[in-house]
Amino acid sequence: MKTNFDFDQIPETGWCPGCGNFAILKVIKEALDELNIDPQKLVISAGIGQAAKTSQYINSNCFNGLHGRALPVATGIKASNPDLIVVAEGGDGDMYGEGGNHFIHAIRRNIDIVNIVHNNMVYGLTLGQASPTSRKEFKTPLQIDGVFSEPFNPIAVAISLGASFVARAFSGDMKQMKEILKEAVNHKGYALVDIFHPCVSFNKINNFKWFKDNTYYLNENYDNTDKMEALKKAFETDKFPLGVIYSNGKNKTFEENLIAYKNDKRPLYKREVDLEKIEKLLN
Amino acid sequence: MKNDISIVLSGEAGQGIRTVELLIIRALKNSGYNVFSTAELMSRVRGGNNTTEIRVSNEKIEAYVNEIDILIVLSKNAIFRIENRLTKDTIIIGQDNFIEEKYKNGQYIIKYIELSSLAKEVGGLIYSNVIIYGLLAGIFDVNINLLKESITKYFSTKGKEITDNNINAVIKGIEKGKELKLGIQVEKAEKIKNQVVLSGTESIGIGALAGGCNFIATYPMSPSTGVIHYLAKHSKEFGVVVEQAEDEISAINMIQGAWYAGARAMTTTSGGGFALMEEGISNAGMAEVPIVIHLAQRPGPSTGLPTKTEQGDLNLALYAGHGEFPRIIFTPGNFTDGIYLTQKAFNLADKFQVPVIILTDQFYIDSFQSIEPIDFNDFKLEYFVTKTDKDYKRYKNTEDGISPRGIPMQGDGFVRFDSHEHDEGGFITEYPDIRTKMVDKRLKKLESYSKESIDAEIIGSKNYKTLIIGWGSTYGVIKETIEKLNDNDLAFAYFKQVYPLPNNTKEILSKAKKLIIIENNATSQFGQLIKRYTGVEFTKHILKYNGMPFSIEEIIEKLKEI
Repeated sequence: MKTNFDFDQIPETGWCPGCGNFAILKVIKEALDELNIDPQKLVISAGIGQAAKTSQYINSNCFNGLHGRALPVATGIKASNPDLIVVAEGGDGDMYGEGGNHFIHAIRRNIDIVNIVHNNMVYGLTLGQASPTSRKEFKTPLQIDGVFSEPFNPIAVAISLGASFVARAFSGDMKQMKEILKEAVNHKGYALVDIFHPCVSFNKINNFKWFKDNTYYLNENYDNTDKMEALKKAFETDKFPLGVIYSNGKNKTFEENLIAYKNDKRPLYKREVDLEKIEKLLN
Repeated sequence: MKNDISIVLSGEAGQGIRTVELLIIRALKNSGYNVFSTAELMSRVRGGNNTTEIRVSNEKIEAYVNEIDILIVLSKNAIFRIENRLTKDTIIIGQDNFIEEKYKNGQYIIKYIELSSLAKEVGGLIYSNVIIYGLLAGIFDVNINLLKESITKYFSTKGKEITDNNINAVIKGIEKGKELKLGIQVEKAEKIKNQVVLSGTESIGIGALAGGCNFIATYPMSPSTGVIHYLAKHSKEFGVVVEQAEDEISAINMIQGAWYAGARAMTTTSGGGFALMEEGISNAGMAEVPIVIHLAQRPGPSTGLPTKTEQGDLNLALYAGHGEFPRIIFTPGNFTDGIYLTQKAFNLADKFQVPVIILTDQFYIDSFQSIEPIDFNDFKLEYFVTKTDKDYKRYKNTEDGISPRGIPMQGDGFVRFDSHEHDEGGFITEYPDIRTKMVDKRLKKLESYSKESIDAEIIGSKNYKTLIIGWGSTYGVIKETIEKLNDNDLAFAYFKQVYPLPNNTKEILSKAKKLIIIENNATSQFGQLIKRYTGVEFTKHILKYNGMPFSIEEIIEKLKEI
């Protein structure tokens, strides 16, 4: 099915056959389309890595910037024009490693963006080193005796920092992934969607079957507005829960708090400069 | 009678010396005196020894002098750090127990005041600084009503009792000041009352607002932070998005997001923070994102001297960021230029889609001076955002290298910025031919800018044989020296743009027989740059890198050696 976000000519991707990114790309385009998002109003701010390349294959506005820096760029975009729908996209190394500090503070700001993180527990573009989410004992050409650091837990970190929407999806279930992404786009405030997906070239441990065997769906009675319950779920690692783990749309967003929008809702580019008023500062 | 008086206030951090400085320079200016002031601070919030120099003159002044005419001592241990700046004519004013015995054997003129008891009479030691404010006003000829007004305005939020006590303090100070009968009579001029007093920080802040700046993101770092404080203070009035970023890396990327979405954004930082921004600056070079960066230098490397001054980061600004891409660097030396150049920086960033760096330093930022009023009608706000059409290509190859820049939701096209090497549409490419074309396109923008490049200014004799070269904050001290020496063979070339080198560089240098360069750094970074581009040799490099600005006496002394 062709969406509004497809190019006339299908671009050549940089991904390996069987890569989980194909499913994620397809589902993002479909989800945005089904939500009737105007491609003119969408901006994808992406970092660098195999996941961040997704921005190159979506026909809309994009800022494909530096490794780890998609969130500050997204923050600048949204704060300058709150009418835009802003998605910050990258992989686990991009968002949780290089961009770790930005991840923490973007969440604290509660900027109204969707943060999509392709989490395959390995570095793909740099050929197979451990990522912050790699499991212990995972061997790589660099961690030759296996990883000994604790894996980064983005779900627990995000909930602890007051993230207003925290979800985990699996690229093997496109239907659920799409529902989660749609909910994330509709959510007012910062929304994290961490997507498990297999890397067919560099992670032979956490493959499709591993993700299937090591995840489960939150049941229908699960109350995702209960923060303490959500934290408990976040620490479950025997089997990882899939779904919207925490959701709270009550907090004011970053843009709503900004002084610049208190008396004037127009995006910054529509505003005039009052030189006479500025001249009065010189007294 | 001496028409140029230097006063130094010396005391501890936390004693309110800065308040005295802020109040007295305005009061003196409003009375018709030329004023200049500069603080020398230690990196601490309480204690230590801080000094502020205030100069009062019948002529325009904008530099630091070494010799102290009047020293006001506000605490113990406040003299030894500056004792080499005292002369036999220096008048020391202070409380008996604050002045160490070794200064009391007749080599200086000492006027004792019982500051603590005077302050207690008014309501407590906290009023000491305002008594000093009054005392200075009493030494000069400042109208008492003007002082009362300034107190009422300054302490307006503190309630009636505190304001009244401060008014009593200022009155006591004036009486004391007159009682001292120092016989100081600096000529006043009516026209000075129309001038405006501002700090270096304010010059950058006002220039930014006049350039349409409506977004600033910064990680605090001395001495640059005042600029974001200034914009925060005025953010309600002018609708500025002000954000304290989690680090400088975030700040430099945030402002790129802001420009992308149509804002006019800047960041302000010092050397260490700027170093962290380098990757982001390189991104602005590749993705052709306009950015404006204020870099207030302090002595490095590393943490260095956080509250002192230096011109040591020219090379940092010049070479920051991996890869090859154009940039523009301005180095204002006075506050009028600070306002004009910062204003212009936003137009130029918008037009050429390059990083524009305003390079100042602690001395520039923390000084105050009065300047002629500026006509804001002279300012033009030039916007270059274009409406996109369906086939819009962000990096369209053009004759001047400038690709029309669109923003999202303005037109029918998509705006695709890319940090990879890219084709005209903004998509990743690895084709060698496209790469070459794109590098050429980006570099061409510097040639295009050269048509608007800002010339170096010649101050002094037009028929000079000896030319002194300076940039940035040494402007005031070199200019005053030149004026004092009044030598027909001598002129000063003031570079307010250091990169690209101004178009008139070769021409002005070639007219001189002797070239002297003055820089507040150890390796003559600008001298090296000029030499590389023009091949000229300098007769002498006058360099200073102890954390302090040049004094006029020092420059005169060094010039004599040549």
